[in-house]
Amino acid sequence: MSLNRQGFEKTTQQISNDKPASLSQITSILQLFIKHISICHGNLLVLQLNIKKETTMDVAIIKYNAGNIYSVSYALKRLGVEAMITADPELLCKADKVIFPGVGEAQTTMEYLKEHKLDVLIKELKQPVLGICLGMQLMCRHSEEGDSDCLGIFDTEVKRFIPQQHADKVPHMGWNTITNVKDGLFDKQLENKFVYFVHSYYVPVNEYTAATTEYILPFSASLHKDNFYATQFHPEKSGSIGEIILSNFLKL
Amino acid sequence: MLAKRIVPCLDIKDGKTVKGINFVNFRDAGDPVELGAQYSRDGADELVYLDITASHEGRKTFTELVKKVAANINIPFTVGGGINELKDVDRLLNAGADKVSINSAALRNPKLIEEIAKNFGSQVCVVAIDANFETGDWICYLNGGRIPTEKHLFQWATEAESRGAGEILFTSMTHDGVKDGYANEALAMLADRLHIPVIASGGAGKMEHFRDTFTCGKADAALAASVFHFGEIGIGTLKQYLHESGINVRL
Repeated sequence: MSLNRQGFEKTTQQISNDKPASLSQITSILQLFIKHISICHGNLLVLQLNIKKETTMDVAIIKYNAGNIYSVSYALKRLGVEAMITADPELLCKADKVIFPGVGEAQTTMEYLKEHKLDVLIKELKQPVLGICLGMQLMCRHSEEGDSDCLGIFDTEVKRFIPQQHADKVPHMGWNTITNVKDGLFDKQLENKFVYFVHSYYVPVNEYTAATTEYILPFSASLHKDNFYATQFHPEKSGSIGEIILSNFLKL
Repeated sequence: MLAKRIVPCLDIKDGKTVKGINFVNFRDAGDPVELGAQYSRDGADELVYLDITASHEGRKTFTELVKKVAANINIPFTVGGGINELKDVDRLLNAGADKVSINSAALRNPKLIEEIAKNFGSQVCVVAIDANFETGDWICYLNGGRIPTEKHLFQWATEAESRGAGEILFTSMTHDGVKDGYANEALAMLADRLHIPVIASGGAGKMEHFRDTFTCGKADAALAASVFHFGEIGIGTLKQYLHESGINVRL
């Protein structure tokens, strides 16, 4: 990039010294400029191309009575992946990747999952599974929200935030940083980056914690165990950082 | 640590951004998706799309726009304007909005807040309040600041919170358009009374105004329209300035 910039500046200098500029000089300066731009955006292009190559993979989003399912599919589409939104057990089991999104309330959602036998199915999935927000909480053992027994993939409790001072507002809503990030969904470049949260319940730091965030107290921003991955934050709403996390999941 | 948020607001009429924009690098300066995407790239933390169309046709156009925004923008966005009942909320959330902002409808029918909170969760329910400081008190207004009500700012904000509002978006009509800073005294009083986030609106003219509303005004987020639309303040420059002023922002 620096070589290009030097070349670019040199050509500009030549033109300003030997005036007037010839047509070929103008053409060469334009060519260098275009080359410079494509190199600047090279990383982004490589990221998109990598994902695009994998569009043949089947990504399934579990369809259930939760909000914001479409936000996740839009986010995947921006990465070049057309996901299917389904509750069909066969399709879910066959998919290469499964996403378990969720905005909603724990108790009613668990009841719905049990009714549709999705509770057993999710636990038995063998491919990489990503739980998001309520999806992550439901993958835990028990939630204080509605005193609900959950899926038990992560043997940990989900607790309600208790404000310690007036400035502690619940829900925890907005952009906060992730620290102590582990490989899998994350890499070192994501340490201390901002992601978007909206939640009133949290998972305490435990042996499965794959990233930590601090609000009122340190809590699990992400969990990982075997083929199960989860984020308390919304990668689909977390700008370019969220896109990196989603594409890391697709690469697993 | 939770970051303070910068929220550009876009006024939409018949599917187009209303205010004139003197940015040159847009394919279509009036395209709300393009403008929102640019704000997002510049570092906006959230966006607000406010539908100011009155007609039924316009509403349909706005819903289509919400779908396009959801498909193209990777940060949260709130939509407001013309939301009168639960089915309006359902339509906009299904189109992909993350939150809805209700104003006159909540004043006319406060139960709407409870219904939204119960059906979709408090986090999607932003209660917007337009209030004017007159005869020693903050009076709430209906219909985009045209009709005064009997409600007072602090009383109404507290009621909205107890009914299930997830955030309060307070626009000071006294400060709006004057570009001399936000209503920080009233904002700080709101923050002291409430347990939900407060978004400051009305009065932004300089970068210092944003700093002051986060410190003196104790606001969680600051909304502005014209200073961003007319390119008077760049979002990237503003966030750098706030960071250097010791305010926690997402860079």
